[in-house]
Amino acid sequence: MFDVSDLTRPGQPAVSFRLSEGELACLSGPSGSGKTQLLRALVDLDPSEGSVKLLGVRRESLPPQQWRRRVAFLPAESRWWAATVAEHFAVVHAEQLRRLGFDEDVGGWRVERLSSGEKQRLALLRLLANRPEVLLLDEPTANLDAENIERVEELVTDYVSTQRASCLWVSHDKRQITRLCERCLEMADAGLRETA
Amino acid sequence: MIRLSELDLAIAASLVVALALFSRRVYPDLARQLVVAGLRTAIQLTLIGLVLKTLFENASLLWVALLSLVMLAVAGREVVARQHRRFAGVSGYAIGVLSMFISSFSIALFALVVVVGNRPWYQPQYAIPLLGMLLGNTMNGIALALDRLTQSAWEQREVIEARLVLGHSASEALSGIRQQVYRTGLIPIINAMAAAGVVSLPGMMTGQILAGAEPVEAVKYQIMIMFLITGGAGFGTLAAVHLGVKRLFDERQRLRLDRLKR
Repeated sequence: MFDVSDLTRPGQPAVSFRLSEGELACLSGPSGSGKTQLLRALVDLDPSEGSVKLLGVRRESLPPQQWRRRVAFLPAESRWWAATVAEHFAVVHAEQLRRLGFDEDVGGWRVERLSSGEKQRLALLRLLANRPEVLLLDEPTANLDAENIERVEELVTDYVSTQRASCLWVSHDKRQITRLCERCLEMADAGLRETA
Repeated sequence: MIRLSELDLAIAASLVVALALFSRRVYPDLARQLVVAGLRTAIQLTLIGLVLKTLFENASLLWVALLSLVMLAVAGREVVARQHRRFAGVSGYAIGVLSMFISSFSIALFALVVVVGNRPWYQPQYAIPLLGMLLGNTMNGIALALDRLTQSAWEQREVIEARLVLGHSASEALSGIRQQVYRTGLIPIINAMAAAGVVSLPGMMTGQILAGAEPVEAVKYQIMIMFLITGGAGFGTLAAVHLGVKRLFDERQRLRLDRLKR
């Protein structure tokens, strides 16, 4: 479904991998190995060469806005530009909000009063509101407590299986990796390495 | 008109020298800049006085056009010099020059042919001062706006990219910044129009009155110039921001801060 072949960036080894429908794979590797840079290239924030296809369609043949809505990237740190939470959402999905522990009135909350954990969870919901087909999540549970980690993991695995989406999840946590994924991609000097 | 002697000018210059001496202790760099800028004023204006004198004696379109282009080139360099984070390469220079050319030159031409209607239309007594005032103000607006644009894009790159990632277009992602940038470019001229005649007596009209013109006639000229300057600075800023934004993003709507220097 999501097909990356010979993706090259300046000074980096070429990367190839594919994700199938409903698959959730982990991406790991030491910090500074370029995991975030890889995700940025996939979502077309940084220039890169090589072929990236979604359901057989090359990214170059889609307008960039559409590509980024369908191939969604969640940065490790979320940014907010408007005054209230609701202004950042394309649509508000009450059930998803509830599943991450928010009431519907969260839309009226002021952004500067959000905690870092609330921001991280809301950023994920904001991204899912675009109904993406591929999720590229950069340490989506880094600032969360155990309860919320579980909520986010459940929401994402459900989304991936019901929407038949694909997900690449960056994580440092060995236990989280074994909990979530059957497949793990590891950043190495020579490029990407598959580990079971 | 009462003629000024060299001594009169020297007395006025002593003010700048005194200021430089006083500020030397607090801020030596500023004192040096004051003196250099003062010297530049004296030398550049003396030279342009001589150039204008020669130009008025042989008014030809070729010489007027040549001087205009020199003024444009210097203004372009000045826009670049005032940027904290400027566009690298030729584009940094080209954005400023192109926007000033589009707005200042076409508005000066429009004013000379349609509004003033002197013959020949390129008569240097009208053409050069008019273009000079337009260029100076347009240059200010463009330099302020571009500086604000590149600086804001740099500071808010994470917000811009957060919006791009959510599927916003480049212009949506930049909408808040763009408003601020227009404001920055246009505020000086809006303030100048609002304060004209109440707080400040604008320079051109003051000069005409000192030279013995009827105040009412001088005021008419000043009003025209104010409007022309507003048009020049305004449209120049619009053009520069448009070109600058285009340069900040590439064809895949990626924010390309690598195109900025420093």
